[in-house]
Amino acid sequence: MAITDAPKIITSRLGYDDSYTLERYLATGGYAGLRKALSMTPEAVAAEVDAASLLGRGGAGFPAGRKWSMLRKNPLTYLVINGDESEPATFKDHMLIEGDPHEILEGVLISAYALQVSQAFIYLRGEFALGLERLQTALNEAYAHGAVGTDIFGSGFSLDVVVHPGAGAYICGEETALLESLEGKRGFPRIKPPYFPAAIGLYGEPTVVNNVETMANIPWIINNGGAAFAALGAGRSTGTRLFALAGHVRKPGNYELEMVKTTFRDLIYAPVLGGGIRGSNTLKAFIPGGVSAPWFGPDQVDLPLGQDEVGDAGSMLGSGSVVVMDSDTCMVRAAWRITKFFSRESCGQCTPCREGSGWLERIMYRIENGVGREEDLDLLMDLCDNISPGVAWPPQQTTICVLGPSIPSSIASGIRMFRDEFLVHVKEGGCPFD
Amino acid sequence: MLTFTLDGREVTAKKGELLIAAAERAGTYIPRFCYHPRMEPVGMCRMCLVDVEGPRGATLTPACFVAVTDGMVVDSANERVKKAQDGVLEFLLANHPLDCPVCDKGGECPLQDQTLAYGPGESRFIEEKRHFEKPIAISDLVLLDRERCIQCARCTRFASDVAGEAQIDFAGRGEGVEVATFPTEPFSSYFSGNTVQICPVGALTATPYRFTARPWDLDQVESTCTACSVGCRVAVQSSQNRLTRLLGIDSEPVNHGWLCDKGRFAYESVNGDEVDVGLLPSELADEAVDVAPATASQVVSLGVSRGQFLGEVHETGRFEHGRLVEPRVRKEGELVPVSWGEALAAAAAGIAAAKQAGGSGAVALIGGARLTNESAYAWAKLTKGVVGTDSVDAQLGDGLPADLVLGLPRATIDEACGARVLVTLAGDLREELPVLFLRLREAVLGGATALVEVSPTPTALTALAAASLRTRPGDAPLLAKALTGDAAAATALGAHPEGAAVEPGALETARRLLAAHPGGEGVVIVAGRPSYAESGEVAAEAVRNLAAALPEATFLPALRRGNVFGALDMGLAPGLLPGRVSLDAGRERFTAAWGSVPAGTGLSTADILASMAGEREGGDQVRALVLLGADPLSDFPDRAVAEKALSAGHFVVAVTGHPSESVDAHADVVLPCAVSHERPGTTTNIEGRVSRLGPKISAPGFAWPDWMIAAELAAALGGDLGVLSDDDLAEELALAAPAYAGLTQKVLHSDVAHDGILVPLSRDTGRHLDVEPIDPIALPGVESVERQGAPPRVGTGSGVPAVARIAALGSPPPLLAWTGVGGAEPLHVPKADSYSLRLVAGRRLYDAGSSVTGSPSLTPLVPVLVARANPYDLDRLGAVTGDRVKVRSARGELILAAEADGGVPRGVVAIDFNVPGGESAPGNAAATLIDSRQIVTDVRLESV
Repeated sequence: MAITDAPKIITSRLGYDDSYTLERYLATGGYAGLRKALSMTPEAVAAEVDAASLLGRGGAGFPAGRKWSMLRKNPLTYLVINGDESEPATFKDHMLIEGDPHEILEGVLISAYALQVSQAFIYLRGEFALGLERLQTALNEAYAHGAVGTDIFGSGFSLDVVVHPGAGAYICGEETALLESLEGKRGFPRIKPPYFPAAIGLYGEPTVVNNVETMANIPWIINNGGAAFAALGAGRSTGTRLFALAGHVRKPGNYELEMVKTTFRDLIYAPVLGGGIRGSNTLKAFIPGGVSAPWFGPDQVDLPLGQDEVGDAGSMLGSGSVVVMDSDTCMVRAAWRITKFFSRESCGQCTPCREGSGWLERIMYRIENGVGREEDLDLLMDLCDNISPGVAWPPQQTTICVLGPSIPSSIASGIRMFRDEFLVHVKEGGCPFD
Repeated sequence: MLTFTLDGREVTAKKGELLIAAAERAGTYIPRFCYHPRMEPVGMCRMCLVDVEGPRGATLTPACFVAVTDGMVVDSANERVKKAQDGVLEFLLANHPLDCPVCDKGGECPLQDQTLAYGPGESRFIEEKRHFEKPIAISDLVLLDRERCIQCARCTRFASDVAGEAQIDFAGRGEGVEVATFPTEPFSSYFSGNTVQICPVGALTATPYRFTARPWDLDQVESTCTACSVGCRVAVQSSQNRLTRLLGIDSEPVNHGWLCDKGRFAYESVNGDEVDVGLLPSELADEAVDVAPATASQVVSLGVSRGQFLGEVHETGRFEHGRLVEPRVRKEGELVPVSWGEALAAAAAGIAAAKQAGGSGAVALIGGARLTNESAYAWAKLTKGVVGTDSVDAQLGDGLPADLVLGLPRATIDEACGARVLVTLAGDLREELPVLFLRLREAVLGGATALVEVSPTPTALTALAAASLRTRPGDAPLLAKALTGDAAAATALGAHPEGAAVEPGALETARRLLAAHPGGEGVVIVAGRPSYAESGEVAAEAVRNLAAALPEATFLPALRRGNVFGALDMGLAPGLLPGRVSLDAGRERFTAAWGSVPAGTGLSTADILASMAGEREGGDQVRALVLLGADPLSDFPDRAVAEKALSAGHFVVAVTGHPSESVDAHADVVLPCAVSHERPGTTTNIEGRVSRLGPKISAPGFAWPDWMIAAELAAALGGDLGVLSDDDLAEELALAAPAYAGLTQKVLHSDVAHDGILVPLSRDTGRHLDVEPIDPIALPGVESVERQGAPPRVGTGSGVPAVARIAALGSPPPLLAWTGVGGAEPLHVPKADSYSLRLVAGRRLYDAGSSVTGSPSLTPLVPVLVARANPYDLDRLGAVTGDRVKVRSARGELILAAEADGGVPRGVVAIDFNVPGGESAPGNAAATLIDSRQIVTDVRLESV
């Protein structure tokens, strides 16, 4: 079976120029899932999603069905969609929002019906100007079409959806910071416990927070059944997933692939996918799940694209972004650049992340620019340890949220995998790749 | 109680108790920065990380953020925990400037202390530190050094959660996070000084203290703030006989560690560094300003003691530092310095002459609320016992009838905070009794206490009230009746041309809340004077009406002057004797103790002044007046009467620490006295809680304690107070004053007296026996204060002659109790007409009183006087906010800027009391409009 044989669950419309319009959406079976769901009981809808064993597509990979089942019974509940995709090299939600906003909305409506929530919010990254326009237009169309609002399709079920643009903070992708931001406060992640907004969420009420891509899967699951979804993939990783392939490949882009059945090698090298490393270069390292994840070397390129498979190997599938670095890449500079991102995007709430990220960034900058010391390598590892004790995977943390242990990933990977390259920087007083 | 394992040993915790607090009680101090026991935890600094066993093994968990659970296993000292804590400390120091040698916090800095105790000792940080402009002013009183800030959110939490004024918050992100004000709004909170005190580093500093001392050079005592009557516990700190700083001490029943900025910074007026030129006659001011800066710096830099230096000042015969430092007698119109002997002889001669001419009743006394209890007792004994006059009043027509205040069943602050329904019949408590406001705000926010607010204009509590009821001047008695179900009263409220000021819905809500508590069980009523432009009888009758309808309710009287409750308790009011007894009930006892007491009830302040002004027919005519720390020209609501009374040529003796308009222009003899922080003794707060004052510095120049002046004046009048020390007085009053019975020096110095003692003694003694140690991090700078409770000095007071005479008497007379009998007759409030507005004059925290005008840091905070009125009324005049309008009453007129305020009811104009009104009306501008003989003051607004 070819790696592209699996059905296109979430990207089926992206080939059309007008994929984001209601017209196209209805012409391609749009809102059929919602009509079907409304004819079912909410419990039956939730059961289908549970049967699909759909893992959350935001990064943590928590099963959506289980998350839903944890929603505390309350007169007031909310569904919040996390569309604050802001990590470097992660651009899958971006494409879905711009390319098929109705699919996301339909997923939201079905989910809201299954959960019987009072109101849904879609929190969109502030920089998604086109996405905001497309999504808001789609929402207006859906209201006019009777798919959103009062008495949806005559079913008696009503729901309002609000699209809320963020203000440009990466941390607001952390679900509790997102809720704070949505409440109009500063986007500081909430301290845990409570671990799940399903207990105490938006405005203190029980809330389900799901990722955009997770929502995009819902209409297909209702149309085709949870079992059909679960039949794809293997183990805990069912269905397909959208992978954002970035870096030194010939054809970077988003690829929807069946989970587990496909490997990193397929993604990077298959002619219909990444098409191989650029020029005549070779693979030096890759990040399997976004810049928060520890790096892999060429020896791990045959790992399947599965959540547990990658987790057991010491990293994560995370946000579904695969960053490929070839033999021309300076690992110090790569790690410094990622650290700089985290340092700028730390919310500043807790000490180890606020102070640690800046300190690490300054040291990395020194090494890259030729004023590093050999002892800086131990210092880097020790500071990483003070943010994420043990610097192991899955990580421990001294911080409030997981942005903290994300910081050491690239530095620790760089030092562990490419210690010699760091030492060359120190000894030669500069970057050998310059 | 729960049991959990802490570092291998079994310890107990209260249900819901935070791990950090439970561990501390068990003797294990977990380091912390952001945690503060009086605020909600945020878990931000991560210094308190400990290992807590969970389903997935031990997890590093902030001890400030988890509640102890039964069977919890905690390791607070293993290697992993130590490394995490050391790591956090090193991170905190990475960007923190090491400018400790020039930092005010150095020496009492939690970051410094914990770096010594926990940190790695040496930083591995060799990078460039974060830079900010330093420091920046975020208010008139507070400076912010963002480089030193460790982002613990204590200040921002205090501002938003405790004070309810979220004027500071974090801005920026990552390392660039900074505490910031909003672009157009400074940090204008009345409570800003608390953020400085709880800041765990030197990021926030207060301008009055900044660079004036090093903590290790400071000497301190525990004392009680007397800026208002709440009675906050404070650590008073000084260096070289100058006050340098006041810090709040956490007193469970009173202030929870918080202070208002007036209480915190008004110590400047005790030092008397500068004089506000505008408030003194020009020639005096010129001299004072000439002297002041030089003396202030010389006292510090030359190291000369205050007394030495003052000797030189005295020779020049000038007011020094804004304080009065030598006795003076008016000769040929000028107050000239004289010896104490000459001054006392002159005072006694004037008093004796008045008595000779008009009997004992020709002598009167106004004031005494700034005194200690002991001094107040001495003055009561002098006036009522030696001179024989009952025309003595500690209130200046700005309070409530003394028999009502003392006779109503009293609530404590804690009881008010625990009330089911809290009724406030007062002005804005944030302006008048700021820390009481904080306590009540917390209680109402807690949700178990419903607030019913009755006030003429919106207050800081309005937003939290279940029902906020507006009244027009004169309406309060009717509203009180309507609240408790009197339908006729509710109808009568609507008789105003503009209809009732109160919203019917709010009135109904309030009525239902009270109806749910029949008889007033669980109801606490805070009763004060919302406006000085209406007769005190209005507020009094409203209180009486509520007390009659709610016999189970208790009262917290919201009188605001420092020790006004102590003064009333000591009998400084007509018809009263010390210990909350009436003149008649206590006659036998005090005749035995003092030799004699007045025959009948004397005059109140209003009547004393009216008599002196020649506006009072019949009865005693006052010919000699003692002003005991009182300034009728700025404090009495009717300036015209006060002016006339003082100018009428009667003899005036002023006992005062500060110059004032009344004293400078009208006193014949000036006797300088010691003020707060300069004298020992006790003070009584709003609840009747007696707490000790710690004298910190000696009084300047030749100023004496008030009791000593009373004793010497008694001698000069041929009498004898029979006391040689304040300890003698304490001994005598603990025996003589029934409400204070048993309040001996021994009791006052015992550990039980830590947070003060409620009188009468039986009520609450020992309730707060568990004195928690002061957490050095919670309130930096006060951990080394010696908590009061030192053993008493022995052998004092035993020689007091009165003691033996009183001891021989039988059981004490009954205390005052309000009997349910109303005022003499129901008030007749004149009908409002459509052309006039009714004047409301409420208090502001920063006013023209001597503690503010004598404190250079606070003087600029006195608000600009405006006339606030409903936009509807301004519109009728064609005026908008900012327009100059003429406010004219039968008494006088003011030209002020108008301010449209939808919260002011139609038909009402609000003008702050005792706030200068510009050149045309310095001093208490509002009082120039008020006619104290009227129930209400009606004014006309006119275009200019």
